[in-house]
Amino acid sequence: MSLLAQKNPAPEAHTDSVAAFVPDQSRAERTTSYAVSDFPVPSGREEEWRFTPVDRIRALFAETPGSALRREESVPDGVTVSTVSTAEWQGSGAPKPADRAAVVAADQAESVTVIDVPAETELTEPVRLLLTGEGALAHGHTLVRVGNFAKATIVLRHEGDAQYSELLSVVVGDGADVTVVTVQEWADTALHLGQHDVVVGRDAKARHIAVTLGGGIVRLNTNASYAGPGGSFEALGVYFADSGQHQEHRLFVDHEAPHCRSNVEYKGALQGDSAHTVWVGDVLIRASAEGTDTYELNRNLILTDGARADSVPNLEIETGEIAGAGHASATGRFDDQQLFYLQARGIDEDTARRLVVRGFFASIVGRIGVPEVEEHLMAAIDRELEGTE
Amino acid sequence: MSTLEIKDLHVTVETEQGTKEILRGVTLTINSGETHAIMGPNGSGKSTLAYSVAGHPKYTITSGTVTLDGEDVLAMSVDERARAGLFLAMQYPVEVPGVTVSNFLRTAKTAIDGEAPKLRTWVKDLKQSMNDLKMDPTVSERGVNEGFSGGEKKRHEILQMELLKPKIAILDETDSGLDVDALRIVSEGVNRAKESTGAGVLLITHYTRILRYIKPDFVHVFVDGRIAEEGGPELADRLEAEGYDRFQPVATPEATTPANA
Ligand SMILES: Nc1ncnc2c1ncn2[C@@H]1O[C@H](COP(=O)(O)OP(=O)(O)O)[C@@H](O)[C@H]1O
Ligand SMILES: [Mg+2]
Repeated sequence: MSLLAQKNPAPEAHTDSVAAFVPDQSRAERTTSYAVSDFPVPSGREEEWRFTPVDRIRALFAETPGSALRREESVPDGVTVSTVSTAEWQGSGAPKPADRAAVVAADQAESVTVIDVPAETELTEPVRLLLTGEGALAHGHTLVRVGNFAKATIVLRHEGDAQYSELLSVVVGDGADVTVVTVQEWADTALHLGQHDVVVGRDAKARHIAVTLGGGIVRLNTNASYAGPGGSFEALGVYFADSGQHQEHRLFVDHEAPHCRSNVEYKGALQGDSAHTVWVGDVLIRASAEGTDTYELNRNLILTDGARADSVPNLEIETGEIAGAGHASATGRFDDQQLFYLQARGIDEDTARRLVVRGFFASIVGRIGVPEVEEHLMAAIDRELEGTE
Repeated sequence: MSTLEIKDLHVTVETEQGTKEILRGVTLTINSGETHAIMGPNGSGKSTLAYSVAGHPKYTITSGTVTLDGEDVLAMSVDERARAGLFLAMQYPVEVPGVTVSNFLRTAKTAIDGEAPKLRTWVKDLKQSMNDLKMDPTVSERGVNEGFSGGEKKRHEILQMELLKPKIAILDETDSGLDVDALRIVSEGVNRAKESTGAGVLLITHYTRILRYIKPDFVHVFVDGRIAEEGGPELADRLEAEGYDRFQPVATPEATTPANA
């Protein structure tokens, strides 16, 4: 029984914030399966595909063999990168594929790459993977296993051009502390559909950070679940969409274990004709998830006319015994008053714009906690802004 | 020695009801070292005058001129005006979330001076000025005006005046919303800045109480988009005693249709 949830009509999510609503079907009821045949090819009318230009990503729904992305890696001592069998992946505690693209990725990928951080290993340097597309259809299937009480940061960077679908499973051991950063700096023509699952162990702390700047279509589904009580999950996201880009970030936090926390914060800027971003934040607090504390926020900053940001928070609450549940979603235009104020202090217009946009992102960027990513991102945002006029 | 010269300035804004003329011929000259008080009832166009000189895009200058030392101010962009030596302390300072005060001030100082300030003197000056204005040092790491109280916002405006050292400063109702202590602190800041730089000051106010701390050389009574009367400090005393009533347009055809229209 939903106690706090309200039912609203399907939102017409344009540039305004949208009140949280509960879809007719509970988020828990979506199909997950290892079988491709359990997922019909999307038409675009399905709830989870309604914002996506599905016609342009047909290649990623087809059961066609592809290649892998070129991989360069920097792996600290103690960490191993190898492959495991499909059976071992299925037994690892990783969730099943949850849509057509993810199931095809798992099915077509040549192998399951596994990154192992053994129990009680504390890394001082991130594990870095640079994944480069070479213009072809590609499938990726990766499992990250972090042992109990280990501490690790994993940075995945995507570059080049590809039609890429992937399934990434991060299984976080009890008491571990993990940050996964995924950076999308694809060429403008690239397509990227990803399902990222994070399974948070008992009393563990997991963070997933998405930075999406490049690509023609990027659609990331990030799902978090908890293997035991006391876990904490944080999802941070920064995106910047230019003319012609479609960037879609879907979050689903499934609170089943009691006394877990989640915090989702995504901020995006849009500029240029037909730049389109979508943010969907689903949070489900099941009846058993007493003591849950969750918050989700999405803010969009529209820099020029013709860009469109959709923002849809969904909060489904099945128990009254929670510590907190909140959400905020807002989309606004660039504020000319801010520009005037800064210019009235002698600051030229370009610098003023840069300050305002940097300021907009600052609250998230400053919390990434991976200095190389923070610096890189701020420089990338400056470059995006230089492309404005 | 600098001179800001405003001549027969007419300004309109676009409203839902159409174009509305707000300034109807303002003429005013301010020299370095002078303090001019502009006093007038709410809605008389004081802020419009301040914004128009600063270059706010919402206001359209339909006729008249504004020059600073002979240079055409109206031909300059907003930031060029500031770099030329004009400063506007705003009635409602704008929040710029995520941009720290220290970053903002350093960026502004660099823009105004054309070079980055020497780090050591800059840090010292900033600290000194904040201390003089009784500002909490942690303010410098907060976002610009973000969550500031009314008093903090006004102190922050005057802090900028002290650091940026304009030739001519327009202070738009810097006194509004301040308690007596804050009013005194802020006024002392204005006087300090004036003394150290010899700036000319255009002090816009609705009330006379700030004039106890900042002594005007000239007082201009602003009514219905133009200066209705001018005089020395004694005019302020008269306004204190009598209010604006004798300047308010009475409901006669002459009053609603300006005499020179
Ligand atoms: N941007 C604007 N749009 C519409 N009306 C405005 C605008 N700015 C000022 N006004 C109108 O112009 C008049 C003068 O306003 P303002 O300059 O703020 O006066 P003051 O500062 O003396 O109180 C008021 O009637 C106000 O409503
Ligand atoms: Mg005003």
